[in-house]
Amino acid sequence: MDFVMAFIVGGLICLVGQILMDTTKLFPAHILVLFVTLGAVLSGLGLYQHIVDIGRAGATIPITGFGHTLVTGVIQDVNQYGLLGVFTGALRAAAGGITAAIVFGFLMALLFNPKSK
Amino acid sequence: MKKLGSQTVKFQNPPSIIGTATIVGPKEGQGRFKDYYDIILKDSLYQEKSWEKAETKILKEAVEIAIKNSQVPNAKIDYFIAGDLLNQIISASFAARELGLPFLGIFGACSTIAEGALLGSMLIDGGFGENLVAASSSHFCTAERQFRYPLELGNQRKPTSQWTVTGAGAMVLSAKAQNPRITFATVGKVIDMGEADPNDMGTAMAPAAVDTIVTHFQDTGRSPDYYDLILTGDLGIIGKNIAEELLKQKGYDVSKKYSDCGALIFYPEQDVHAGGSGCACAAVVTCGYVYKEMLKGKYNKVLLIATGALMSTTSTQQGETIPCIAHAVSIENL
Repeated sequence: MDFVMAFIVGGLICLVGQILMDTTKLFPAHILVLFVTLGAVLSGLGLYQHIVDIGRAGATIPITGFGHTLVTGVIQDVNQYGLLGVFTGALRAAAGGITAAIVFGFLMALLFNPKSK
Repeated sequence: MKKLGSQTVKFQNPPSIIGTATIVGPKEGQGRFKDYYDIILKDSLYQEKSWEKAETKILKEAVEIAIKNSQVPNAKIDYFIAGDLLNQIISASFAARELGLPFLGIFGACSTIAEGALLGSMLIDGGFGENLVAASSSHFCTAERQFRYPLELGNQRKPTSQWTVTGAGAMVLSAKAQNPRITFATVGKVIDMGEADPNDMGTAMAPAAVDTIVTHFQDTGRSPDYYDLILTGDLGIIGKNIAEELLKQKGYDVSKKYSDCGALIFYPEQDVHAGGSGCACAAVVTCGYVYKEMLKGKYNKVLLIATGALMSTTSTQQGETIPCIAHAVSIENL
């Protein structure tokens, strides 16, 4: 059941992105930033956690999940350390994802060369 | 006076195209004009270390083959006029470094081949040279890196976007009298209708093409009926339809004669969205298909209107709209 829900929720998030790509003049970078912000806002309002509960990885792996991670981290750190948490929480919570992106990005760049289709 | 009307020149001794060459990438080699190219590359890197080096090599070799095909000795080539899409037109300049020909670098974005043919014809008809080469190149991977995103990012392309043609086209112009010849040329004005989306160049460039076509007809007194083929450079499928519609509104029905290099160069099933673009688009279609079919006599009167979008990445980032240009040359069997 988790697989099915992840597929449906993740698919719906990507569908929104595809509709924006095909029908608006937004660039991919605009949509990326929009999705991170959207995830962060929904997370701040306490809504994104519900989506994660339903869709699991289908909600955390799309870039909206990154916004959710940032905000969750900030809320945790603010609760623990006070206002300083605003500055430390986001990157602490996202450290795993960011470092993995850098390490695997570096490895792939060493291993492969880009080609045109 | 060789000047006609507001923007057109009539050549007294129309310069001849005595040899051409085209080199294209693998994708173009599967396209509609695959039988008309001199060389089809197996790999768009062409045994070089970077795509920029590959583009330079493609342009240089196209020029060398065009000169060979024209049977004019290198020492008798008076000018090499070329341009491309990259910053400081490095493909053209670096090719010129290898070729050792007197070089005039031009930038007209994707209109470069028409601008080169137009300026080259003026030089020859003006008596400033006997033979010269006009050429231009573009490369999908170098253009993506410069104008859009690096390929490594793997970005999705928009439905309105066009595929930059990998390749180069070169033509040798000469004072010799043989067909086909460049008889008229219309210098375009920069037209900007306020379009700012660099993923939809056809819509931005169509009004510039229409302005030049209408001016050409007014200046020369010709009508669309005069030509066998009216061919715009790289408006693509979307821009071509807009241009046709705008021309109809201005009272010129070109539907039977009109096509666009960008709309034709790839087959629809090649999934390039709105068609081809880039300096090489009009260049390889003109130097390949059009030239070879004119030699065979399928076409005798062709009007080429190569279109160019003159924005830079900086101007796009600053929200500027896209200034566009179109230059027209009449190529005729006399």
